Amino acid sequence: MPKLTVNGKDVEVPAGTNLIEAARVAGVEVPHYCYHAGLSIAGQCRLCMVDIEKTPRPTIACNTVATDGMVVQTETDRVRETRKSIMEFHLINHPLDCPVCDQAGECWLQIYYMQHGLYDPRMKDEKVHKPKAVPLGPHVILDAERCILCSRCVRFCDEITHTGELGIFERGDHSEIGLFPGRELDNKYSANVVDICPVGALTDRDFRFQVRVWYLDTTKSICPGCARGCNIEVHVNRRRPHHAEGRRVARLKPRYNPEVNKWWICDAGRYGFGFVDAAERLLAPASRHGGSSTDSTWDQAIGAVAGALRRLPPEQVGVIASPKMSNEDLFALRRLLDLRGIRQAAGQVPPRVPGDEDNFLIRADKNPNSRGAELMGFGGDARAVLEAARARQIKLLWIFGHDLLASAVSEREMLDAFRAVETVIFTGSNANWTSAHSHWVLPAAAWVEREGTYTNFEGRVQRFRTATEPLGQALAEWEIVGRVMALLGETPSATRAEHWFRQLVEAVPAFAGLSYQLLGDTGHPLTAAAVAR
Amino acid sequence: MSGEAILMRNFGRSDSHTIRAYVETGGYQGWAKARSMEPTAIVDEVKRANLRGLGGAGFPTGTKWSFIPKNHTGPVYLVINADEGEPGTFKDRYLLERDPHALIEGMLIAARAINSAKGFVYIRGEYVEPWRRFSTAVREAYEAGHLGKGLDIVVHRGAGAYICGEETGLISSLEGKKGWPKLKPPFPAIKGAFGAPTIVNNVETLSHVPHIINRGAAWFAGLGTKSQGGTRMYSVSGRVVRPAVYEAPVGITLRQLIYDRAGGVTGNGRLKAVVPGGSSAAILTADEIDVTMDVDGLKNAGTMAGSAGVIVMDETVSIPEALMVVARFYAHESCGQCTPCRESTGWIYKMTRRIVEGRGQKDDLDTILDVAKRGAGTTICAFYDGAVGPYISYIEKFRAEFEGLIPHA
Repeated sequence: MPKLTVNGKDVEVPAGTNLIEAARVAGVEVPHYCYHAGLSIAGQCRLCMVDIEKTPRPTIACNTVATDGMVVQTETDRVRETRKSIMEFHLINHPLDCPVCDQAGECWLQIYYMQHGLYDPRMKDEKVHKPKAVPLGPHVILDAERCILCSRCVRFCDEITHTGELGIFERGDHSEIGLFPGRELDNKYSANVVDICPVGALTDRDFRFQVRVWYLDTTKSICPGCARGCNIEVHVNRRRPHHAEGRRVARLKPRYNPEVNKWWICDAGRYGFGFVDAAERLLAPASRHGGSSTDSTWDQAIGAVAGALRRLPPEQVGVIASPKMSNEDLFALRRLLDLRGIRQAAGQVPPRVPGDEDNFLIRADKNPNSRGAELMGFGGDARAVLEAARARQIKLLWIFGHDLLASAVSEREMLDAFRAVETVIFTGSNANWTSAHSHWVLPAAAWVEREGTYTNFEGRVQRFRTATEPLGQALAEWEIVGRVMALLGETPSATRAEHWFRQLVEAVPAFAGLSYQLLGDTGHPLTAAAVAR
Repeated sequence: MSGEAILMRNFGRSDSHTIRAYVETGGYQGWAKARSMEPTAIVDEVKRANLRGLGGAGFPTGTKWSFIPKNHTGPVYLVINADEGEPGTFKDRYLLERDPHALIEGMLIAARAINSAKGFVYIRGEYVEPWRRFSTAVREAYEAGHLGKGLDIVVHRGAGAYICGEETGLISSLEGKKGWPKLKPPFPAIKGAFGAPTIVNNVETLSHVPHIINRGAAWFAGLGTKSQGGTRMYSVSGRVVRPAVYEAPVGITLRQLIYDRAGGVTGNGRLKAVVPGGSSAAILTADEIDVTMDVDGLKNAGTMAGSAGVIVMDETVSIPEALMVVARFYAHESCGQCTPCRESTGWIYKMTRRIVEGRGQKDDLDTILDVAKRGAGTTICAFYDGAVGPYISYIEKFRAEFEGLIPHA
């Protein structure tokens, strides 16, 4: 491992580390545009210049590998002057349209100009004009005048998705990013180019013009879109509620996790949050008798569920949990079922159309917590429970989340099952076929409105946190289940998700040793035995 | 100091491009000799000859060859840069048209020296006749059994970009990519065309090699100066009586070249300035022409030998207009990869144009000089440094003429 000094600080880095990363180890940020740790080295923005002892002039850090005994300075006078010049070159043809640019506030031209530029502009000539507001695909739009030609987007499409839609065309200061003829930027990961674009050249068609980025609050979370569990940030607009037609979740962004998704997320996951602020959200408990639905209260709804559970023998109760529920929710439910001796419980509802899958991030299983559900005893096929209902063995059927209409079970079979039971209870965040055919509807908080953990397909347990308040009276499932348990005489000791997690860790061997603290921001694998499986 | 013609010795024959004429005048004898030499012996001979690259950079050729990794297994490529695009330079064109077998023989010897079985000749797209002549010569060399027994040659035509004459831009283009220069390290001798160790040599450089092997390093070195052997071909253009290509020992002075060879200055007859090494070389004033035209002689004079394209300007030539034309060229030809070059070549062109059109502003000249100096040395390849040569030297040496065009300067 080479040892070098960066600004006088000794650091030791793995062989092959470049000077941008070596400087990071020393706590020094070397400004750069084209360099991205997940992509090949381009060396074309020329901003990451550093001084290396015994070299005649500043050298780009991105393409220089740290060697033993190297003495690197990032803040010499000539490095600062070079940086300032490079900033001027980047900006002479830039339109400086920050007031109408969605990147403003998170633009590296703005940030680096303030940190390393601060020169008086000398450009008096007509700037080069290039195409503006060019849709590249369903999610991404290009402003070629704002582009600094760092080629990150081109390299992403070449090296990460291997789809090669983008290239740099023309020459000199007329160079511009563009699509190859007949192509569209429509690969399954296309919007990542917006994240890695350091400027306002590539913006997100879904997000642009919705809300200024400085009004957004950021929360660490996990994508619930499939069994991969990509690490994400949830960006919520609380401060300007009149923007974006009242939608609170403004966008999802990938969050770096070297063990799971690196820097990336798929477009399906990125744009999968629409249900959170949708009109179909369930806002209050409701009961339905004879076709019409009436709003109710939590006391009445919980009372009805607890009453039915108390009244009925456990053999007459069926539960279909959801692999979209958190480990905490599922564990609370498991406790309740064990308390009552209920054995007819399942979790997996086969989808009507099998999920798409690739060899990168996207998993066919579109549930974030199928492993957790299995470990909590909800791995079984829900069709067995529906079959028992149709056979009139079940009087109370409690379904969590599932939109059964989207499942492989026919509507006929479902209607037969529903008609054969006395009471159907639905707990979920959004209205669907199931909720419309249930006698009681208990509104659940969406994942961004509460905290918890998911266990991904590789057995990695990861935390997601509360980004915003639940809509209406919605509650986390663990809390709904806890209230039912309280009415049944089991005083719940858990008043927070973390409390349930602690009990889960005690009770389920696969989770032994885990804690919210240990999970941290990027999660932790289950015990080796459970992962090996 | 007229000297003996070596490269151009056959140019007087109308059939000089044929293998028959070439063999009649001693052609392929160097190759016959080199076949019995160890590769390292060939490299040493060329090193001792003080042969320096004649494409523009002036790097010692034998030393370049010795950079190929010794224990390399797998292909090594020899690439010939025939993308002659430096404004004011038209020598390789003559070699390809009139003595193509000299290059083929030079390639045979160089390929043996670096253990290469495949050579690529990248010919400038606009060079149609040179391409035809050279392709015919390649066919002749196959028929004569020189090629196809250890060395194969692929002739590749460029598509008209100046940057593809930059050694790694050429390699990118040859690989089928956009002609963008590559980051160094790795250098081509380690990882070049198609990822293999590659030597890129200029047409004229390799055309010298058969003569060096034939007549010995000492003879060749003796033709030149202490640090550079041999003769080279000077493309003399502009305001001279006989614009043409002249072969002369590298120790010839610029004055001799202009007055003794090219017949002196036309226009108003009074010399104003000379660009000695292609458009990227810094300009020299009329009283700076007593310099030798070898690599180090011109380097010491603050300019460069470059591709030996000598552009002569008499007193009627407007230096600001000349700079505008040069600046337009560099703005047009910048590949756009590195930010400083991409952005400032266009900016500087706009400023020079404004000055020439009488719309210059007081601080424009200082801005051009400052921008040029700040951008120099910050890019992947030497293109921008080449543009900086004229930007700075034209203004610094002829500042009053520029200022005369700027209102209120």
